[in-house]
Amino acid sequence: MAYLDHAATTPMLAEALDAYVAAAREVGNPSSLHAPGRAARRLVEESRERIAAVLGARPSEIVFTSGGTEADNLAVKGVFWARRAADPARTRVVASAVEHHAVLDAVDWLVAHEGAAVTWLPVDPSGLVEPAVLADALGDDVAVVSVQWANNEVGTVQPVPALAAAASVAGVPLHTDAVQAVGQIPVDFAASGAAALTLTGHKLGGPVGVGALLLGRDVAATPLLHGGGQERDVRSGTLDTAGIAAFAVAVECAVKVQQEYAARVSALRDGLVERVRAAVPDAVYNGPADPAGRLPGNAHFSFPGCEGDALLMLLDALGIACSTGSACSAGVAQPSHVLLALGADDGRARSSLRFSLGHTSTAADVDALLAALPGAVERARRAGALRGSGS
Amino acid sequence: MSGGVDSAVAAARAVDAGHDVTGVHLALARNPQTFRTGARGCCTLEDSRDARRAADVLGIPFYVWDMAEQFHADVVDDFVAEYAAGRTPNPCLRCNEKIKFAAVLDRAVALGFDAVVTGHHARLGADGLLRRSVDLPKDQSYVLAVLTRAQLDRAVFPLGDSTKAQVRAEAAERGLAVADKPDSHDICFIADGDTRGFLRERLGEQPGDIVDGRTGAVLGRHDGAYAYTVGQRKGLDLRVPAADGQPRYVLSITPVTNTVTVGPREDLAVSSVTASRPVWTAGPPPAGPIECDVQMRAHGEVIPAVVAVDGDRLAADLRRPARGVAAGQAIVAYRPDPDGDIVLGSATLD
Repeated sequence: MAYLDHAATTPMLAEALDAYVAAAREVGNPSSLHAPGRAARRLVEESRERIAAVLGARPSEIVFTSGGTEADNLAVKGVFWARRAADPARTRVVASAVEHHAVLDAVDWLVAHEGAAVTWLPVDPSGLVEPAVLADALGDDVAVVSVQWANNEVGTVQPVPALAAAASVAGVPLHTDAVQAVGQIPVDFAASGAAALTLTGHKLGGPVGVGALLLGRDVAATPLLHGGGQERDVRSGTLDTAGIAAFAVAVECAVKVQQEYAARVSALRDGLVERVRAAVPDAVYNGPADPAGRLPGNAHFSFPGCEGDALLMLLDALGIACSTGSACSAGVAQPSHVLLALGADDGRARSSLRFSLGHTSTAADVDALLAALPGAVERARRAGALRGSGS
Repeated sequence: MSGGVDSAVAAARAVDAGHDVTGVHLALARNPQTFRTGARGCCTLEDSRDARRAADVLGIPFYVWDMAEQFHADVVDDFVAEYAAGRTPNPCLRCNEKIKFAAVLDRAVALGFDAVVTGHHARLGADGLLRRSVDLPKDQSYVLAVLTRAQLDRAVFPLGDSTKAQVRAEAAERGLAVADKPDSHDICFIADGDTRGFLRERLGEQPGDIVDGRTGAVLGRHDGAYAYTVGQRKGLDLRVPAADGQPRYVLSITPVTNTVTVGPREDLAVSSVTASRPVWTAGPPPAGPIECDVQMRAHGEVIPAVVAVDGDRLAADLRRPARGVAAGQAIVAYRPDPDGDIVLGSATLD
């Protein structure tokens, strides 16, 4: 099998799995006062320090969560509530049009249930948010800004430091969803100027079900979860010692090898892109053309005349795992909001497919894709022509 | 795979037969949440999950195909238009004709598949003939009789030799959770089962007269002739009692004058019918009149008849009178056979 869906989830690193198993064998609630509790707490705090050290954060700025979705919700809703409580005039949220649903839907929820207003920031055809566009959207009524570090579908890397600077001028905290970025490209929380940053374990070789919100010490956030008061009282719930230990190992490993990883994987990706274009000359390469502005493992195409769904199914049958990258409702693909925001029409959005490489990817994976793709495109075109003719 | 027990077992049998099987669930609702809820149908998110679980258990790939637009255009809109024209459509039949064995089959073939397997209760053997299921009360050959030879050549019905009870038992043996799921009934796209309300919403109120078929006297008013079906007795709400005190039935619907004509039960009887757009599944069109059985409603009475064909037209002389024959329904011709009555063809009643 050729696994080309690392942006969905990537295999656990052996080191992380070992750390998980070792910690999961031990008993002890990190909040308990006895020796087993202290041992667990020590492991959690060491993990916190390891993550902080490689991401330019202070240990106290790390709030462990159940993953990216919770961290995004905590940042968007929690900071919105806290800022509005401090200044009732601040009721607007500013976010990019290409956010992951964990941010998108959290913002929509604030609009529907908390009377929030929202400004969606447009992006250029490569998916980029211009800092000047953000600056224009800011004002005294804005509670929080959220712009992802890198896009999960088309891989666009945003100019987070410039965006954070613009937000800072207006006195508005900026949250960035860096789920796709950490381990792929350099990420430094302090240097970025962001007030809050989301990361998650399973995108970088750690386990599913654990992540973190890096939350600046002076940034207030109203909790989503109430209970035992763990994590600065911002996120109650018994700490997942084994998950956190494995998460920290994975973050550390991924960040330490990031440069050589990116060099190797982007070379593989560039080869993939070149060969797909040669095999399917009318394929449209979505997202940034310049590899420097793009996640190293990301390649995203539209195949005119095909439905992404049909292609995915045909490739799946040939042992190639990839993604349409779009949201699902009852398994029915909707055209991707990201592609639409890039200016694609409905047809181009529905004909798209994401291939995402990761730490276990090899040249053989790319070979397998290219062996299968031309035939799959031909068949998907035949099926697409039926729908086009209205039969 | 609808999420019901029949298609799950049909898929299982196709796997056992050595085929390379892919499970497909059709998304037919434009908005799944607005369709029926509970375990009544084939279109809810829960049904989609049930189908996916069955595919998991069988170890086959599973995908949802979005056929909502085609379904709406070819089945739902057709359903409304037929009622508006004074006819009584069968949407399951239309779905087989236009969706399952057309849009779905064509897409499947284009993608490299050889055939569509469904859980319909009907037999389609090596001889290529479509026959009634061994389970006569569950037989679905009527709603498949509209399929052409080319469509049937790419259809597989693995359940025709089994009763529904056997299918359920097999599902339980195979560990399929849908073994005890209730049968679907009614019309899948009318969530609450209120067909009259569904039509009123789309066609509006169109008040008109209810008249006596014998005297021409106006007996009452209706809010829309589309709400009536030939043979219907309930819901007429007539103010004038019949002279003979007998119940009255809908005899015909005339859209041009927006009139519903009623009369006593004996006036419902017809001894001959005509139909159009015949489809011959069992071979070329018959050269002359043929003796056969006809059925003019799903699970309706089977009546011996002589059927004559003239190009795009079909006429049937019934050996005994039929009641409640509604325009828009299919007349299906069967040849009685000890191995299961054979579908010869079908046409749409005038």
